[in-house]
Amino acid sequence: MSAAASRTTTDLPEPSLPDPDLLKVLRTMALARAVDERCMNLQRQGRLGFYVPLEGQEAAQVGCAWALQPGDWVCPAYRELAVALTRGVPLRDILNQLYGNSADLSKGRQMPNHYGFRQHRFLSASSPIGTQIIHAVGLAYASRYKGEKVVAVPFFGDGATSSNDFHSGMNFAGVYKAPVVFFCQNNQWAISLPREKQTHSSTLAIKANAYGFPGVQVDGNDFHAVYRAVKEARARAVAGEGPTLIEAVTYRMGPHSTSDDPRRYRTPQELATWKARDPIERLKSELLARGVFSEAQFESLQEELRSMVQKEVQEVEKMGPPAATSLFDDVWASLSPNLEEERKEFEELLREGVIRP
Amino acid sequence: MTEATLIQAVNKALHHAMKVDPDVLCLGEDIGVNGGVFRATEGLQKEFGESRVLDTPLNESGIVGMAVGMALYGLKPVAEIQFLDFIYPAFDQIVSELTKFRYRSGGQFPAHVVIRTPYGGGIRGGLYHSQSTEQLFASTPGIKVVVPSTPADAKGLLLTAIFDEDPVLFMEPKRIYRTATGEVPEGDHRVPFGKARIVREGSDVSVFAYGSMVPTAFQARQVLEKTGIHAELVDLRTLVPLDVDAVVRSVEKTGRAVIVHEAPKFCGFGAELAAILAEKALYSLKAPIVRVTGYDTPFPYTLENLYLPSVDRIGRAIQRTVAAG
Amino acid sequence: MPPAEPSAPTASPADGAPRVPAVPPLEIVPLPYGKKELSDRLGPPWEERLHQMYRGMLLGRVLDTRMLGLQRQGRVGFYGPATGQEATSVGAAMCMSGQDWVFPGLREQLIALLRGLDLTLYAHHLFGNDLDTARGRQMPCHPSAREVRYASMSSTIGTQIIHAVGTAYGIQLRKEPAVSWAFFGDGATSANDFHSGMNFAGVWKLPVLFVCTNNQWAISVPNEKQTAAPSFATKADGYGFPGRRIDGTDVVEVFTTLSAARARVLSGAGPELIESVLYRLTPHSSSDDPSRYQPKGWMEKAKAYDPLGRFEAMLEKLGVFPASEREALRADLDAKVRTAIQEAEVMPPPRTDSLFEDTLKVPAWPLTEERDSFDKEQGGNFP
Ligand SMILES: Cc1ncc(C[n+]2csc(CCOP(=O)(O)OP(=O)(O)O)c2C)c(N)n1
Ligand SMILES: Cc1ncc(C[n+]2csc(CCOP(=O)(O)OP(=O)(O)O)c2C)c(N)n1
Ligand SMILES: [Mg+2]
Ligand SMILES: [Mg+2]
Repeated sequence: MSAAASRTTTDLPEPSLPDPDLLKVLRTMALARAVDERCMNLQRQGRLGFYVPLEGQEAAQVGCAWALQPGDWVCPAYRELAVALTRGVPLRDILNQLYGNSADLSKGRQMPNHYGFRQHRFLSASSPIGTQIIHAVGLAYASRYKGEKVVAVPFFGDGATSSNDFHSGMNFAGVYKAPVVFFCQNNQWAISLPREKQTHSSTLAIKANAYGFPGVQVDGNDFHAVYRAVKEARARAVAGEGPTLIEAVTYRMGPHSTSDDPRRYRTPQELATWKARDPIERLKSELLARGVFSEAQFESLQEELRSMVQKEVQEVEKMGPPAATSLFDDVWASLSPNLEEERKEFEELLREGVIRP
Repeated sequence: MTEATLIQAVNKALHHAMKVDPDVLCLGEDIGVNGGVFRATEGLQKEFGESRVLDTPLNESGIVGMAVGMALYGLKPVAEIQFLDFIYPAFDQIVSELTKFRYRSGGQFPAHVVIRTPYGGGIRGGLYHSQSTEQLFASTPGIKVVVPSTPADAKGLLLTAIFDEDPVLFMEPKRIYRTATGEVPEGDHRVPFGKARIVREGSDVSVFAYGSMVPTAFQARQVLEKTGIHAELVDLRTLVPLDVDAVVRSVEKTGRAVIVHEAPKFCGFGAELAAILAEKALYSLKAPIVRVTGYDTPFPYTLENLYLPSVDRIGRAIQRTVAAG
Repeated sequence: MPPAEPSAPTASPADGAPRVPAVPPLEIVPLPYGKKELSDRLGPPWEERLHQMYRGMLLGRVLDTRMLGLQRQGRVGFYGPATGQEATSVGAAMCMSGQDWVFPGLREQLIALLRGLDLTLYAHHLFGNDLDTARGRQMPCHPSAREVRYASMSSTIGTQIIHAVGTAYGIQLRKEPAVSWAFFGDGATSANDFHSGMNFAGVWKLPVLFVCTNNQWAISVPNEKQTAAPSFATKADGYGFPGRRIDGTDVVEVFTTLSAARARVLSGAGPELIESVLYRLTPHSSSDDPSRYQPKGWMEKAKAYDPLGRFEAMLEKLGVFPASEREALRADLDAKVRTAIQEAEVMPPPRTDSLFEDTLKVPAWPLTEERDSFDKEQGGNFP
């Protein structure tokens, strides 16, 4: 009765893109890594309040985002830096959000990493796990209703497969055959909970069986595999053949966030095993092996990226916080009478110096 | 103008909105082929098709979450939750997502969803088909809370809700779905938010009510009128935004306040009204503020008529408040 | 890196699942068993088992018939019938032990009765009177019967599924030889707590049996609008344990499969999902009108799979339990039901102070104040 929905793709011999494109891919992955390293340091120095690293998941993220079109909707969790970069979100905009400064498009209202960029159809992320999964279904449904040939892609982790809105999102998408590509980055951990304690299913991809559409497990550290799987799933969705669940098997090499100490729950050996599978190293060595690229070139690329990030950070750090009274904006389409009253009171406190911005 | 019941008025509003705006969609359990378990969406799927009137799987978080996604895109979804009592699986989507999107994205991603849901007791529905929990939503910034009590208001407020820009929880008093009848204007009838309705003027005491408590309080008021007590009955219509001026003005005039709702008293919406009066009209008060509400228990089945504020309970409370000073 | 090799998906056989045929047989499809098969499946006292099965199903049917009548006359406020689902309730109840726990949906009250809930006490609940264990706080058909480990249910669809899992954890922790049973409908598989319940049970390999009574409808929503999955049993794939589909109108099949499943679960092998395919042979509830959404004649066709009718047709063929005896049994059960109803209907409503009990173990302010001023507030003359 239940079709064997789950399958595995391992290393694919053929590169998925021409070499110039792969160089851009590698550059994007390396940029994400450079931002990650910098931000982890900034947080340790107390210059940044909090940070969620993605180290180790670059191939999964860039691979997926590379297969999408500008009109597609991205519904991220908090770890999707490389997706944002691939979508062409300027690094400056991302850093502004991390700093929650006056130039932050979300006006410093969210914790770092919870950004959103309307212009890039990159949804505003929230902290509660899994809620974006069903939003993607609504977006996909609405896009199709309006005659757009696009897909919506919710990004979520292995932990999120246990959430309510994984269940509602997968089920609704199946029933409405909505053009959704469910992209699960199985990075083996949900904070301290390992994958095997998250669910007893043999894979996460197999969960698609419960909703009547295909689930595919791919090596998430293999850019080509991810790119191909997403491309295929996207084509199916746009052709009206319904959703797909993709499980990209990868690893979170860093801590869950800057507030987490992974040594409490995982072994150094495990980390070492996965570090040996670093997705950036992997694409790089492929390109090196084909002679498209030299080690020296890569090093200078890294140098260039690091100093670019450095400069951007310097600029961003010059900005002040958002205007104090912006606290009251955007709760409603226009300021409500009670907020107007509260704002007046607040302004008075400001004027009298009782509170300081 | 045509005569209609409250539920028919809801249907007329949905019909009108869907007719004039292809971006309006309805989704919920049993709302399509079946026309809704209360028939609020009767005939809509037949007229507007399955792609605009969606029967959903049984998952409220999915209903609201999907509506959020549709709204982010720019559609105007009207989600139905079959009973307010079943909204809690969607509470996360409402409190964490729907009410936060605009704010958390700095205005980039407003999500305008209308959630319609029947609420309230008096229909022999027991614990899970009777509750009034408007206070949970009214205390969450980012969602308007609307409770009509007449057919004309049901239509006018629902249309305002659908063409508003903010999320709206539209609570329909199911007990009076079919007993509240009245003239309903044709076409694009809108009733603005934040404007209370003075049901009857009076000079001795202000009675504040909304939804299904309006007719009950009205009966109490009418009985007392014959004994020489002239109560001013104020139908709040929208709890968020609240017509603070109307509330304060009325008490400045009468000097007394009785607040009526079905929800439990403790931390209920009446507490907010009482606080507002304490802040803004204390010196006008001649007697303590009195709340007539459901008790601080879950909602019972057999004894529901003892639980709910009745004409007698409200009447006595008014009488005593007037006598108190 | 090569990701972990996925194991083959769990098979979810759809065997024996009846489907309402396009052309109505308009006559009962008898259960397909001869004496030999029955004795193979039900063991040596098979006639006794048959008797037990018949009696159980008949009790359910008689009760439904009476109560639906009372409901139409306005003598009870609500009734949630289980007509068409008796075989599943009876088959399940017969393989449970007294130590098992039952977390029911709306249509499982027959299980409570078969586990020993007193019929009159149940009638008190249906009338929500002063002798009702829950003092008339819940709608009819929501009984609580701690004494038979039949949990109090809410009307909110699906929430009991995860409760069953919590209890199963307790059973596992205390090493009790018991199983926790969750019953729910096809619609409930979409609910949040189906997902959490199934997932948690898989993770801890808990002794829980999930029984999905797929009666084809969630009020007006048919299976194909509930999920795109090929069956509800398939959903177990997502949680790493077996799912199975059975003919839920065949009490013998229900009994034998559930007995085997229960034994497996009891052995510590982890949970199992059983999709019991059957037909809702009534409206959803007393406030529902299926003619609005069911294809014309659907219910008439589905009656070919009336579990009681199918069973009786088999009895006829076997010649084991003559019509006269069956009639006598029916009359006897009917009399019992009537007596229980008569007794319950004349009881007064709950004492008014019960309104203030059981919110917290010891009532706290403001409830105490509300209780104390209750008479003052409600009593006296008005105006
Ligand atoms: C609903 C909810 N519960 C708990 C948390 C706290 N929390 C934050 S991240 C996280 C783990 C998420 O794991 P996963 O989905 O695998 O994503 P990852 O962090 O590995 O990318 C938890 C439990 C939360 N944010 N939201
Ligand atoms: C959370 C929730 N949402 C909606 C309802 C309203 N409702 C009551 S029964 C029902 C359908 C249930 O279908 P199913 O699970 O198949 O059980 P059945 O009634 O068919 O036995 C619905 C939608 C509810 N009780 N709870
Ligand atoms: Mg993870
Ligand atoms: Mg059903």
